[in-house]
Amino acid sequence: MIRVVLPPHLRRLAHLDGEAVLDVPGAVTQTTVLDALEAEYPALRGTIRDHLTLRRRAFLRFFACGRDLSHEPPDVPLPAEVAAGTEALRVVGAIAGG
Amino acid sequence: MPLVTRSGEPSWARPAPRHGRYGDGGGPGGDSAVSAVRVLVGTRKGAFILTSDGARRRWGVSGPHFAGWEIYHLQGSPADPERLYASQSNAWFGQVVQRSDDGGRTWETVGNRFVYEGVPGTHQWYDGTQHPWEFKRVWHFRPSLTDPDTVFAGVEDAGLFRTVDGGRTWQEVSGLRRHPSGAAWQPGAGGMCLHTALLDPGDPRRMFIAISAAGVFRTADAGETWQPANRGLHSEMLPKPDAEVGHCVHRIAMHPARPATLFMQKHWDVMRSDDAGESWREVSGDLPSDFGFAIAVHAHEPETVYVVPIKSDAEHFPPDGRLRVYRSRTGGDEWEALTEGLPQSHCYVNVLRGAMAVDALDPCGVYFGTTGGQVYASADAGDSWSAIVRDLPAVLSVEAQTLP
Repeated sequence: MIRVVLPPHLRRLAHLDGEAVLDVPGAVTQTTVLDALEAEYPALRGTIRDHLTLRRRAFLRFFACGRDLSHEPPDVPLPAEVAAGTEALRVVGAIAGG
Repeated sequence: MPLVTRSGEPSWARPAPRHGRYGDGGGPGGDSAVSAVRVLVGTRKGAFILTSDGARRRWGVSGPHFAGWEIYHLQGSPADPERLYASQSNAWFGQVVQRSDDGGRTWETVGNRFVYEGVPGTHQWYDGTQHPWEFKRVWHFRPSLTDPDTVFAGVEDAGLFRTVDGGRTWQEVSGLRRHPSGAAWQPGAGGMCLHTALLDPGDPRRMFIAISAAGVFRTADAGETWQPANRGLHSEMLPKPDAEVGHCVHRIAMHPARPATLFMQKHWDVMRSDDAGESWREVSGDLPSDFGFAIAVHAHEPETVYVVPIKSDAEHFPPDGRLRVYRSRTGGDEWEALTEGLPQSHCYVNVLRGAMAVDALDPCGVYFGTTGGQVYASADAGDSWSAIVRDLPAVLSVEAQTLP
C-alpha cells in the first residue's frame, strides 16, 4: 500500500483523516500515485496538478525519504521505501503568502 | 444596533417560516413578518452566511465555511434558493467549486475543470506583449433564473463558462473570448477578470457581461455571438479614450423589471444606458468622487441606485475617511449621502465590486461588505445602517437572498 501525506486544506477537501492509503497497481511513480489518489478522492482533481497538462502546481512540492522529488520526471519510479509503504510521499505547500 | 446571535443554533438552521409568501403580508411590515433574509458573504479566508427574519434586526452568523480559502463568490439560485454555489480558490491548490442543496448547511465539491475551448490564444499583457490565456479562478456565478442546475461562471483570464448539470461539468461559452478584440484585452490591477454577468429576465437569449479591462459585451443569441457595448464610455487611461474596447468597467447592474436600463460603476465615472448597452451617458453628477467599485439598484424602485464613492485608483478608500453610501432616486445625476450608522472619521476601507447587494423585502434591504471585514446592513433602503459583523476577513462578495 502507498501512503500519501496531504496538507491540511487538501485533507479537509477530501474528508480525509490522516494519511491517504492507496492501492497502486504496477509501477509506483508520481503519475500512478496521483492517478490513484484522484480516483479515490475526486475532489482533489486539479488541486495538486493541472487538469490538462498534469503538471504539478507551482506552490506544491513532493518530498519523500528526505529528498525533494518535485523536479523528478513524473514517470520515474518513486523510492523503494515509498513503493514498500514504509515511507510516505508527502505533498507539501510552499510557505508563501498569508 | 442589531442583536447579533453568535452562539447556539443559527436562525437559518431552523425551518423558514412557511405561513405566507412574499407579498401576502397585508400591509406595511407584513412582508417582513413572513420572510427571511440570507446574506452570503465571500471573504479572503472563507465564507460566512448571515441570516435574519424579515425584520432584519437580529442576525445569525455561520462560518467560516472553507476556512482559509479565498471565496470570490457565494451565490444562490433564484429558481431554488436552497441551491448555493461557492467559488473557492487559493494560490496553492487552485480552483474548487462547492455546491449546497440545503442553503449552506452541507456542501458537495463539484467540478473544477475550466478548460478554454480549442487553442486558447493570447491577450495583451501588462507590458504590451501577448500572453497566453490561463485559467486562474472563478470570480462570479450567475445562476439561471429558471433552472438551478444551469449556471454561468465568469473567470480570470476573462472567459465565460456554463454548467447545465449543477456544476459537475463546465463548458466554455467561447464565442465571447473569440471576439476579434480578444487579443487586445488587457488585465486591470486585479487581473483580467470577467466579474459580472447579467441575464435579461424577459429574454433568455440576452445577456450582458463585463470584463476588466475590456468593457461590456452583450449577446442576443444565448452566447453564440457577442458585441462590445461601450459607446459613450470615456477613459483617459486609454490611448483612444473613446475606444470600442478596453475600458475598465468595475460593475454593471440591472433592475429586473427594466432590462434595457443598465447602470455602471466604471474605474472612474458612474454611467447609465437606456438602450440595453447601445449607448451610455455619465450620471456621476454631484458625487464626491466617481471612482468606485460597487453599484446596486433598489429592488422595487428602478431609478434608485446605490454607489460607494472611493477617493481614487491610487487611494482605495472613502474620500475624507468617511464611509458614505450615495443614493440617487433619479437614476443618477443627483445623489444624497447616506451616513447614519456608518463611520464618519478615520475610515480607510474599500468596498469591492462584488460586495454590495439588495434584498427584495419592503422596505428594501441594502448590504455591503468592506475590506476591513465589516458587513453593513440597512433595513430601510439605506437611510440607516448597522454592522451585522465587524471583524471578518476582507470581504470580496455579498449577495442577499430573500426567502419565503
